[in-house]
Amino acid sequence: MREARACTPQDYKSDVKPVWCPGCGDFSVLAAVTRAFASMGLETHRTALISGIGCSSRIPAYTSTYGFHGVHGRALAAASGLKLARPDLTVVAFGGDGDGFSIGGNHFLHACRRNVDLTYVIMDNQVYGMTKGQASPTTEPDWCESKLTPAGPGVTPIQPVPLSIACGANFVARGFSGDPNMIARLIVDAIRHPGFSVVQVLSPCVTFRPEQKDWKGAVHPYGREPADNPMLAMHAALEDDGFGVGIFYAGNRPPFAPQAEATASVEQLEAEFAP
Amino acid sequence: MPNRDGQSLTIAFVGSGGSGVMTAGKMLLDAAARYGWYGYNARSSGPQIRGGEAAAFVRLAVDPVETPGDVVDVILAFDWQNVERFAAELPLAPESIIVTDPAQGEVPAALAASGARILSLPIKEIAASQPGWRANMVGLGAAAAAAGLPSEALGAVLGGVIGRKGEAAIQASMAAIEAGARAAGEWGLGLELPAPRTSGAARWNLSGNEAAAFGALRGGVRFCAAYPITPATELLEWLAPRIARTGGLLIQAEDEIASINMCIGASFGGVPSITATAGPGLSLMVETLGLAVSSETPLVVVDVMRAGPSTGIPTKSEQSDLNIAVYGLHGDAPHLVVAPTSIVDCVFTTQWAVHLAEAIQTPCIVLSDQALGQARAICDRPDDAPFRAERLLADGCGDGPYQRYADTPSGISPAAVPGMAGGEHTAEGLEHGARGLPSAQASDHQVQLDKRLRKLTDYDFGDAWAEIEGEGDLAVLTWGSITGPAREAIARLEAEGGKARLIALRLLSPIQPARLAQALTGVRRLMVLEQSHGAQFHKYLRAHVDLPDEVTVFHRPGPLPIRTHEVHERLRALA
Repeated sequence: MREARACTPQDYKSDVKPVWCPGCGDFSVLAAVTRAFASMGLETHRTALISGIGCSSRIPAYTSTYGFHGVHGRALAAASGLKLARPDLTVVAFGGDGDGFSIGGNHFLHACRRNVDLTYVIMDNQVYGMTKGQASPTTEPDWCESKLTPAGPGVTPIQPVPLSIACGANFVARGFSGDPNMIARLIVDAIRHPGFSVVQVLSPCVTFRPEQKDWKGAVHPYGREPADNPMLAMHAALEDDGFGVGIFYAGNRPPFAPQAEATASVEQLEAEFAP
Repeated sequence: MPNRDGQSLTIAFVGSGGSGVMTAGKMLLDAAARYGWYGYNARSSGPQIRGGEAAAFVRLAVDPVETPGDVVDVILAFDWQNVERFAAELPLAPESIIVTDPAQGEVPAALAASGARILSLPIKEIAASQPGWRANMVGLGAAAAAAGLPSEALGAVLGGVIGRKGEAAIQASMAAIEAGARAAGEWGLGLELPAPRTSGAARWNLSGNEAAAFGALRGGVRFCAAYPITPATELLEWLAPRIARTGGLLIQAEDEIASINMCIGASFGGVPSITATAGPGLSLMVETLGLAVSSETPLVVVDVMRAGPSTGIPTKSEQSDLNIAVYGLHGDAPHLVVAPTSIVDCVFTTQWAVHLAEAIQTPCIVLSDQALGQARAICDRPDDAPFRAERLLADGCGDGPYQRYADTPSGISPAAVPGMAGGEHTAEGLEHGARGLPSAQASDHQVQLDKRLRKLTDYDFGDAWAEIEGEGDLAVLTWGSITGPAREAIARLEAEGGKARLIALRLLSPIQPARLAQALTGVRRLMVLEQSHGAQFHKYLRAHVDLPDEVTVFHRPGPLPIRTHEVHERLRALA
């Protein structure tokens, strides 16, 4: 097989045209991912992107790395299995707010506390786009534009950054698709930080949430140094208005990386069955 | 129809959970194995964690046995608490013996009605007479003596069971065993089995769950993600330290959906992977099994079946997951379903499952059940089978992008795994073209459906697809744990001068109509035998196979085992 070492963002793009709508924030995330990989010089054949179902989960096929486009909500389980079995790989999971926090909520909780050395990029647009505009776990309770919940979902939204810190993620950051260079830097930091890293990207859905175009004026630097104390990070994250971008938390909990070293052959195990 | 052929003896230890019946049962089997007998040890318990009803069945035999026998020859009761809840699982004959502790009250009417002979043994009083004596050791000594098993054989296994507690505890237990043996010696029951026939061939003493886990390791599995569920947990617990010793990993997942998705991730990384569960967990895994079909990711799921639907009867056996295993996936999703035919065959069948899944790049469900998984047998050591995980890997890419789902003549496409330069691709759960890019086109759907089906229809499964024994125009067609009573029933028929064929399917999906037609050639009368209320196996056969004109279906739900004599009587009526 060919020996190649990609080094420009273009080398990490595939020839596949995304299904995303014009103006979708996910284009910026894709650009940021390829820039991040290029700046790190990652080898495409030693990098795997794992996703579930949703608009943003289409991203693996748009890159030139290995990818796995699985079932709805289970990207983190598949990514964890891959990284545990193949610790030599760089594994990055991708998905949206519905995939990660609704159907995949249980796996998100346990991925945070398990702290396997992988990175999770959540493209959060506060809506189910692929199914044409339903409320997600990050949607405001009074958003009344969905036919499924015409009176609004009426439920308090999840706050991904404090949630990630509370569940035990080891690195938590937020970016905005309007600044792909910053997202690229956050992804590089997230990949380099040991353990489970969460990068929430505010990624507007211009089709079903056109008002999110205003996010450009709402985002602001988080404005503090990353905390390594989860209590301080949590306090600051709860004080934030949900539009602060930057690194909230960079902890030092050791990753979960059980070692597999053969000390016996299968034939030796057979001795246990002898009467 | 007592077991009194003089060649085997079935003993049941009965008592409330925590009274030590399971320990006594396993020690009796282990000691019999040391002595040179064959044997079988099944267990039955209620749903309680502690304190519910429990029974250990031990059939000791001079020759190999695969069932608990037709009746219980000797019941040894530590107490009678709640025994009426499973009196139906304790079939007795007038020749049977009930050993009861007079301090525990009357023998329950449901058991006494059998006419079995009742003997008194003050088990608790004997145990209380010396420090460190336990009632289950007194009972064990009595049972072993009744069978003619020397106490020394029990002494040889005591160290392994209670060695941690020190030499004094071992000596106290040995003394309690001998006290029980002395009491039984006075009965003069004449039940003693002949001395072992030593052949010199190596033997194994193992449970079906251990066997399946061992088969998986032998097949090459090095990753397991696990979520506990009765009656599959012991498979996972046995595997946990041992997969690590062979250089693999077992990870406890947050639920069954996570376990199977972790396995798919590891397998995508090129590491043969397995998980084990029971019906409720299999239900949760079904969506990802479809993903494994579509993404062509090898994967093995062992379903240790228990009575369903829903939570059903978690501790007791049934063969009622056949439908979900074969038909449960949405869409047209060809995949593998195999079933072991005995406790020791769990080794071969799981090993074969790993080989098939990797060779065909599709998921394989192994349908074991509680009657295999949680039972132990002493058996002859089988030869290692030549089946290992061997995935066809892409060893080089031609011009143009790598085609993960190339439409090959066999349907099997060379697989690239991460780490292989030039093999980069995205594995897909969406329908896709040869490169793996999502496609909603009719032509791509047709090509990929054909390819995924062809992988299974064109594969040569060899002789392992079924166990076929005997001859004649009468046949039993069965699968799974019920193969044991079918085989014993045919042997009994043959001993009477009759004959019958046994056809036990190991490969349930894809079903092999041509091979089955060949196996049924000359059969005029057929008994289809299965442990399900809905006759799932018979209906599955009828959908695919031309059965003989005269078909008798003997199907019954769990949890009562299908006994050898029930099959034998029906066969005799057909012969």
